Order: sequence, then structure tokens, then C-alpha cells
Amino acid sequence: MNFDLALLGIAAVGALIFNFFVPQSWRESFLLTVSVTALFWLQPPLPIRWSGFLLPFFLLFLVIWSWWLTKPADQRSMDRQSWQTLAIVLGLVLLLACVRYLPPGWRPTLNRPPGIEVVGALAALFALFMWLIQGKKVERFLFGMLIIIGLFVMVKTEWIVVQISTVWRTLANQNPSLAASTDIFWLGFSYIAFRLLHTIRDRQTGQLPDLSLQKFVSYTLFFPALLAGPIDRAERFSQDWDRMSELTADDWPRWQKGLTRIVQGLGKKFILADALALGLSLNPTVATQTDSVFWLWILLYGYAFRLYFDFSGYTDIAIGVGILFGIELPENFDRPYWQSTITAFWQRWHMTLSSWVRFYVFSPLSRTLLRRKPRPSPQLIVFVSQMATMIIIGLWHGITINFLIWGTWHGLGLFIHKIWSDRTRKWYRQLQTYPRRLLLWTWFTRFITFHFVVIGWVWFVIPDFASAVDLLGRLVGY
Amino acid sequence: MSKQLSFLRIIGYTAILFALCNLFFWLGQPGLTDQLGELSLYNSLFPGRSRLPYGENITESYNLTLNNIPAMFASHKISREKSADEFRVLVLGDSATWGWLQTAEETVVAQLNEHKLQTADGRQVVFYNLGYPVLSLTKDLLLLDEGLNHDPDMILWLVTLESMALEQQGVHPLVQENGRRSAALGLEPDSPAGEEPWWAETIVGQRRDLADLLRLQLIGPMWAATGIDQEFPDQYDLRQNDFENDAAWHGLLHSDLISRETVAFEVLTGGLERAKVPVIVVNEPIFIADGQNSDVRYNSLYPRWAYDQYRKMMANHLQELEIPYFDFWDAIPAAEFTDSPVHLTPAGARQFARLLAEALGDKIEIINNDPNRNSPNNS
Repeated sequence: MNFDLALLGIAAVGALIFNFFVPQSWRESFLLTVSVTALFWLQPPLPIRWSGFLLPFFLLFLVIWSWWLTKPADQRSMDRQSWQTLAIVLGLVLLLACVRYLPPGWRPTLNRPPGIEVVGALAALFALFMWLIQGKKVERFLFGMLIIIGLFVMVKTEWIVVQISTVWRTLANQNPSLAASTDIFWLGFSYIAFRLLHTIRDRQTGQLPDLSLQKFVSYTLFFPALLAGPIDRAERFSQDWDRMSELTADDWPRWQKGLTRIVQGLGKKFILADALALGLSLNPTVATQTDSVFWLWILLYGYAFRLYFDFSGYTDIAIGVGILFGIELPENFDRPYWQSTITAFWQRWHMTLSSWVRFYVFSPLSRTLLRRKPRPSPQLIVFVSQMATMIIIGLWHGITINFLIWGTWHGLGLFIHKIWSDRTRKWYRQLQTYPRRLLLWTWFTRFITFHFVVIGWVWFVIPDFASAVDLLGRLVGY
Repeated sequence: MSKQLSFLRIIGYTAILFALCNLFFWLGQPGLTDQLGELSLYNSLFPGRSRLPYGENITESYNLTLNNIPAMFASHKISREKSADEFRVLVLGDSATWGWLQTAEETVVAQLNEHKLQTADGRQVVFYNLGYPVLSLTKDLLLLDEGLNHDPDMILWLVTLESMALEQQGVHPLVQENGRRSAALGLEPDSPAGEEPWWAETIVGQRRDLADLLRLQLIGPMWAATGIDQEFPDQYDLRQNDFENDAAWHGLLHSDLISRETVAFEVLTGGLERAKVPVIVVNEPIFIADGQNSDVRYNSLYPRWAYDQYRKMMANHLQELEIPYFDFWDAIPAAEFTDSPVHLTPAGARQFARLLAEALGDKIEIINNDPNRNSPNNS
């Protein structure tokens, strides 16, 4: 299911019920129920039989298993609340599986689930798996992270997805020759996987606060952030969660703040982004249809702004809806195209992803390299860390050569900027004593930074290497 | 409490502002929507379109169908200023003229312009494609009426029998949604909208039309960048060559007569009278089948008896009215027709344009040299 105004209307009605009618002690369970339901409900329909139900089902299992892994070592058995949560989740899944027996027009979900006995058997199988591996002497955190990273690589690699689809189609008695990369669209997996990796890694380093199953599932599957993030941190989410029972329905400033944010997001997404998408945005088709260098640039600028308004609009709506439910999701964008350095751009574009990668890739990698003997040169350390960080950000969008180049482009940009700013620090300090020159310089660097990012979007918008190179050539008149 | 009031006040003010906007919009009717249609970024920020906007798949064709005639014209290059040395010819017609399955450069009108005709007094003849993919002379008349506001020197009206069928006249939304314009021309849509609710003329009631106006502007850059204004299917079915043994045409049988009473000939004469400039009528080429029952039918549109009678009627009546008339019904080989008996291939359009240019060359000179033939009424 795509995001639309009807969906937002349902969320608004849900917020009214949540604030005005749900007793304070039930609010956490309500949010858990809504988030789990949304996971299944928002999953777009898929051509392979049952896959549209089984993918969210498997994701739910992955979340529960990750919670199991991240439980503090002294909590070997599940407490009563965890059993209650598990019962709610399992009950919900079985209830959602029952929609199979409703006539097509009456089904609230887009995907027809398998029979309830299949769902029950799979749930039992997962429980058995968890029970079997719990006593094993494996490095459980590493194992968990490898599983999630492995799944991530699988769903982001087109060739692997096609192979999985072929096998799945065969098992489902469907034509395997029709297997396509679009067969497996796993809603929210990119975001959920990074939340899970964060919790497992933080448990490994002892930084993760204790999270109940209810809180953990609600954090990873929090429904406003399912479609397009942001990637919240568990400890921050936990603080809002703990204050949820204190929320009052007549907290008008909260309503105002949430609704204002939603309206801002709607304006960005449905007016600006959709208008740009309609008439002023580069796409692979229009790139081949346009000969004029002037119009290619205009369309590329349009694409850059469309991407920003679309993504930040979604984020605004997610933040706004979150506020209505008492959860203040983190910011994801802060005037990124207005920045005068590429470093500043990455501190303000998809902030939660870039800070995630900085936290879990850049910093540990830099520290590891610093500890090496003989110690590599500082420039090499920065280069390797920046490149690794940006390549991971690139590949997070999909494991393709173009996303790899896009990540490399930004990694190089960040590295060159680092070298440049190190070498011109003294000159820049002097420049600050000349306000006019500083202003001119700032506008100049803003222009350069913006165009660096815009040129990088070519690798993002064009799916194949040869066409992207061709477009880059045509942008400079070749 | 004050926060609550502030929040509710914002909602209240927004509601009042919205209601006022709707009220002012309603007070501005009739005519405000048309006036809004005249506001256009085409011919200034983007080049004007070569043909009137029409398209179902906006994201592929960079074009859309709308019913606001002033907006359609405002997006067309007809709305640009006429230069002193221009002899402006408006070309009316159906989808064959509009250029179905032809790029903007391949249409008959674009090909006509390639001939770079000149009048006797040295003015450059510029043809404007006002064809529209609907078979209805009533629709032509509506477009002619608007086209007359754009200072034409001549009208070239491409017609075919199907566009004269009585039941075809008022069925298209373009005719139905322009009820006032139709009524002013003495025309009546088949399904008049009837008594509309009062709010039909508010922003809420007109939201779809207003959104279309906005969309037409939004897709301007795509048109400017690509020059594409039509979605081309990968494959299409060729016009039919074999038929049932069916000689009926819109309920008329062989024993009936195609005459001024049984077809919408009066709409044509209404247009001829309304035009303040010379009009040339052209019977457009049709596909002539050679398959099964082709002795009964020329093609899927026309049984032979009906089409033959139509041609005779057109020739006789237009001669009586002293309207220049060219009949190109069989001028294009069968191989140059695409998915319908009137749609031409680009090569077919080129051939047709050459024939038209040859025929028009003399005619334009005659018209311009003869001050008594400024309008059909004078002739």
C-alpha cells in the first residue's frame, strides 16, 4: 500500500482514539497493536503467493528474535509482561491470517495470507529455532548481526532477489521464469534492519538500556517511521515511551506541533514533490528523451529538489504523526542544500542514517586504524573511514554499481573537503575578518557544494552505469 | 487555555478564509475559470504546444485532456503574437489532423508548414493545428469560435462523414463541459449537465478543472525539454480490412439518404457563417479496404453507399455555398493508414500535406487577390 491521504486520515482518527479514548495504562499495548498491524497492512501486494504476508511475518520474527538476543544476560526467562506482549503479537498475527477467509472486497490487508494452520506452524517453527539456539555457545551478537547483514545484502542485491524469487515461485507452484527483482519488496526492512543492528551492537557494548519486548517491538516497528524512517535510537525512543502514560488528550501545544508538522509534510510531499515529479524532474526515460543541455540541467535540479521535498515531506509527516502519539522522532533534514561544505551537507541530509553510519562504521573503523601498528597516516585513516562510511550509505540504497559510485563520489568529496579545510584553516580564519569576502566565499562554496551533490544524483537517478556516464557527458555538452 | 484558543482560532481562521475564497470564486462566475485558463506559462516560459492538449497518461505523454478551451489555446502556439508578415491559417479537424500516432513534427499541419507557402503579397503562410481527437463537427465549431479570437486569415476545415453523425455531436466532455459556449453557438450538448448544485461553481466544485489547469502548466517543462506530447504504444492493431456484411451507418440503411437533414451539415454551415475569414473545406483521406465485404464497406467506419452519398452531398452543397472544397478521400494508399480508417502514417501525412499544399497554393493566392471573397457570406 502506498502512502496517501486516506492512510493519513486513518492515522489521524487513530491519534484521536489514542489520546481521548484509550486508557493511559493501555496506550503502550495500543501502540504495539497498531504498529504490528501496520507492518502487515502497509506491505504492498506481491505476485508470489503468500509472500505479502510472510515477509512481514518473518520480519516480526526477526524483531522478536533480536529482542531475545539483546535481553540482558541476567534475564534468562521471559517475564509476565513479555509473555503478554508475545500473546498479543501472536494473537494479532493469527487474527490477520484469518482475513484469508474473508471475501476479497472485505479484506483489510492487500495480501491474502496463508491458512491459519500454516501461520501457526511457522510460528511454532520459529519458537523452536529460538529455543534450539539459545543454549548454543555461539557469539550471539555477532551471529545476530551477521544474519541481519546477510538478509540486508540479499534483499538489496537484484540478482539474489531474482534467485530467491525463482525458488519461491517454484515452491508456490508459480511460473519461475517470471521471477523479477520486484517480486520481493520488503516494506521497511532497510530501516528496521538498521534499528536492529543498532540494538544488538549497543547490547554488545553494554550501552543499550533494558527494553521490554513491548517497547522493543514498538521501537523497531513504530508505524509512522515504517515507510521512510527516520532511524530513531532505542534509548531516545525509550524516554518518550516511558512518558506515554503522562500524555494528556488536551495537550493542545502537542496537537498544534504535530498537526503543523503534518501540514508542512503534506505541502512538501503532495504539492512540491509531486508537482516536481510530474513536470520537472529527471528520470531514466526523460533523460533519454531530452537533448538540450539546458533542460537536462533544469530537470536534474528538479530531481534534486523533488528528492528532498519527497523525503523530508515524508519525514515531517512521520514526525508529526509520532508527536500525536507521544513519540518525538528525530529530525532527518535541516536545509541540506543550503550548506557550504559537503561535510555540512551530510550533517543535514538523512541525518539519522548518516549519524548511524558515523557511529557504527566511521568511528569504530577510525579507532581500529588508529590502534594499528605501525599506525597509518592520519590522511589514510580519514580516507579509508570516509570511503567506507559513504560506500555503506550508498549500498544501503541498493547493491548496484551506481550506488557504489554515488557513495564513492561523496566519500571522495568528504575526504577532499577534509584535506582542503585542514590546509586552509589559517586562510579561512583571516577571511572571517573580511565580512564581504566571507559572504562571497560562502555563496561560492554553497554553489559548489550544491552542484557537487546534484551531479552525484545522476548516479542515483539513472539505474545503469552506461546511461549515467552518457548523461554526465550530455550534461557537459558531449 | 490560551494555547487551546490559539489552536482553535487558527483552525477557525483557516475555515473562514477558505469559505471566503470559495465565495469570491463563485461570485466571479461565469467566466472566472475561463479567465484563469488564459493564464499560461506557455509561449513565455515554455514554448507553445504544436497541437491542442490531449492525453490520458500524463506521465508518459507529458500532455493531458482538459475541457477549458481558453487554457487549451493559451498553451498552443496559436496564442503567440502574430507577426506582420504572417498569413495565419487555422486547421480544424479530428484525430487525423491532430496527429494520432504522429510526433508533433510529423502531423499533416507540421508537414504543410514545411512547404513554406507564401501568399501573393509575400506573407508567410503559417498553419496552426487545431485538430482535436474527437469526431464531432460541434467540437470543431467550439474550437473555431475560440480560434477566431486569434486573428486568423483563413480556416482550413478537414472533415469526414463520421464527424457529421448526429449522435456524435454533443457526447464528448469537451462539448458537454462547455455548455454555455455551445449554447451561444446555438448548439446543444446531448446530455446537458442539467441543474447543477450551487457549489458547482465554487473552488470545491471546480477543483478537478482547476487541478487540470495547474497540471497543464506543470508538465510544460517536460514538453519543452522533450518535445513529446503523445504516448506511443509499442504495438497497435491495424485498421480493419475484413468486415461483416453490414451496410448500416449510425442506424441509417441503404434505403435512407445521407442529406443535410440526416447529418450535422448545419453545424458545418454554422461554422462557415460564423467564420469572418475564408474557409476551405477538405474531405480527408480514408482507408479503402480490399478484404472481405469490401464491396459493401470502404472501411470499418463507412458503408460504401453512405460515404458515396456524403461525398456527393458535400460537393453539391458546398458548391451552392461557393465554399472552396477539396475531396482527397482516396488520395492516400491503403498502406499509409494506421489504427483507424482516418489515421495516417507519417509518410501518409507527408503525402497528404503535399497534395494539400499544391491545392492550397493557388487557392490562397485567389482568396487574397479577390476582395469580394473575404467571407462565405460575401460570396
